[in-house]
Amino acid sequence: MSKTKEKLINKKGLRVDGRKPEELRPIKFEIGLLDKANGSVYMEQGNNKILTAIYGPRELHPRHLALQDRALLRCRYHMAPFSVEERKSPAPSRRKIELSKVIREALEPAVFTELYPRTSIDVFIEVLQSDGGSRCAGMTAASLALADAGIPLRDLVVACAAGKVDGQVVLDLNDAEDKLGEADMPLALFPQSDSVMLLQMDGTLSQEEFEKAFNLAIEGCKRIYGMQKEALKAKYSVKKEDLEDLEGGKEG
Amino acid sequence: MPLLVEKRQLVTPGDLIAEGEYRAGENTYERDGKIYASKIGAFDSRDNTVYVIALKGFYIPETDDLVIGKVIDISLSGWIVDINAPYNAMLFVSEVFERSFNPRKDELSEVFDIGGMLLAKVAAFDRTRDPVLTLRGPGLGKITHGRIVEMTPTKIPRLIGKKGSMIDLVKKGTGCQIVVGKNGLVLIRGKKPEDEASAIKIIRIIEEEAHTSGLTNRIGELIKKLKNEVGISVQDKGKTDQ
Repeated sequence: MSKTKEKLINKKGLRVDGRKPEELRPIKFEIGLLDKANGSVYMEQGNNKILTAIYGPRELHPRHLALQDRALLRCRYHMAPFSVEERKSPAPSRRKIELSKVIREALEPAVFTELYPRTSIDVFIEVLQSDGGSRCAGMTAASLALADAGIPLRDLVVACAAGKVDGQVVLDLNDAEDKLGEADMPLALFPQSDSVMLLQMDGTLSQEEFEKAFNLAIEGCKRIYGMQKEALKAKYSVKKEDLEDLEGGKEG
Repeated sequence: MPLLVEKRQLVTPGDLIAEGEYRAGENTYERDGKIYASKIGAFDSRDNTVYVIALKGFYIPETDDLVIGKVIDISLSGWIVDINAPYNAMLFVSEVFERSFNPRKDELSEVFDIGGMLLAKVAAFDRTRDPVLTLRGPGLGKITHGRIVEMTPTKIPRLIGKKGSMIDLVKKGTGCQIVVGKNGLVLIRGKKPEDEASAIKIIRIIEEEAHTSGLTNRIGELIKKLKNEVGISVQDKGKTDQ
């Protein structure tokens, strides 16, 4: 039912960027590159380039927003004006406000906000270069940055999209596939309890296609989850004997 | 009932670390009888309690902690002090004036002005109210000279070392007085600016290499080397406060 003549999947069954239908784009994490932020992550997923920073828990301004029983998690998703070919206005748009809200709601259950009442934890997600699926990448990077900030988490949150392109269910759509394909379905997962934290869909899928895409997205999330943990462990790799010293100082 | 990870193993938030009859200690939580890590750190256990030594974190005040703070505001009843924590601390006038206090006569900014640094102790804190500071104690009060460096609060134990071994080494080696605030701020007072500069240099190295092996030995060597280079005055007698 594709409206364009352009083929998104070639005769060999490969996609526009040469991937197989169930293949993720290459992912790269860089942790802790901002000095001023309490936690930060730079993430690349294919052509997506996203910078996330965490500030907090810190004193909340304006004060009247403070919650007496837990920390307030604030989230700002923003696309840089140069992140897409046609200049993106930096002003808050309907889309940015919506994405900020859904990302916040997906991250909040993972954070032990009740430990730091009356404070705020601020999450900044800046898309430097966008190539489809930036809300998922933003969430994945932001949860990693929360861990880097030393904020206690129940688990990392991980997100990935699946969709339908040229009549075929595929994983991790890029910009062209998102715009020209038939459906795009971002999904955020809380891997520990296999709970879905976010599920959105554009386009149409039949019931079987939906189930296939749903399972494929969960599968993709689990693969990214492994990469997240690896990245964190690589950043904080420590030799065992040194930790004895670290602990010994507690009495001092 | 099994422990699911080895002692000293690096864990990340959400890692399952134990099942069954264990108690969830620091930086862990329990859900449906299973214990998970909540921070990035090293797993450990003592008796029946499992816990995680966090590698990154921020300062949360505790009663009796020695902290270094900065006066950021003056209110009617005292000073508001930034102690590098999610909550600003309060220092009440009653801590400073032994006599009764008259807001019309006594000018608070003459005692501690905005921007001034303080060495204080946390008198009370319980998360429902902001921390309260006290100056009652030896050596507490206004910081008049010296230099202050900041480091990650979780690495403060490493700077102190086993029973203070590391900090003693730095104090003796540089001849500086060093006061370590639990909130990640360190006050350094030396006879000469060069001594202070070398102490700062050493502290920065400790922070950067906090998790590498044989650090205490290497810092010892470094101090010897610095002594030869800039000739830090050796002051073994110089008693330092902590």
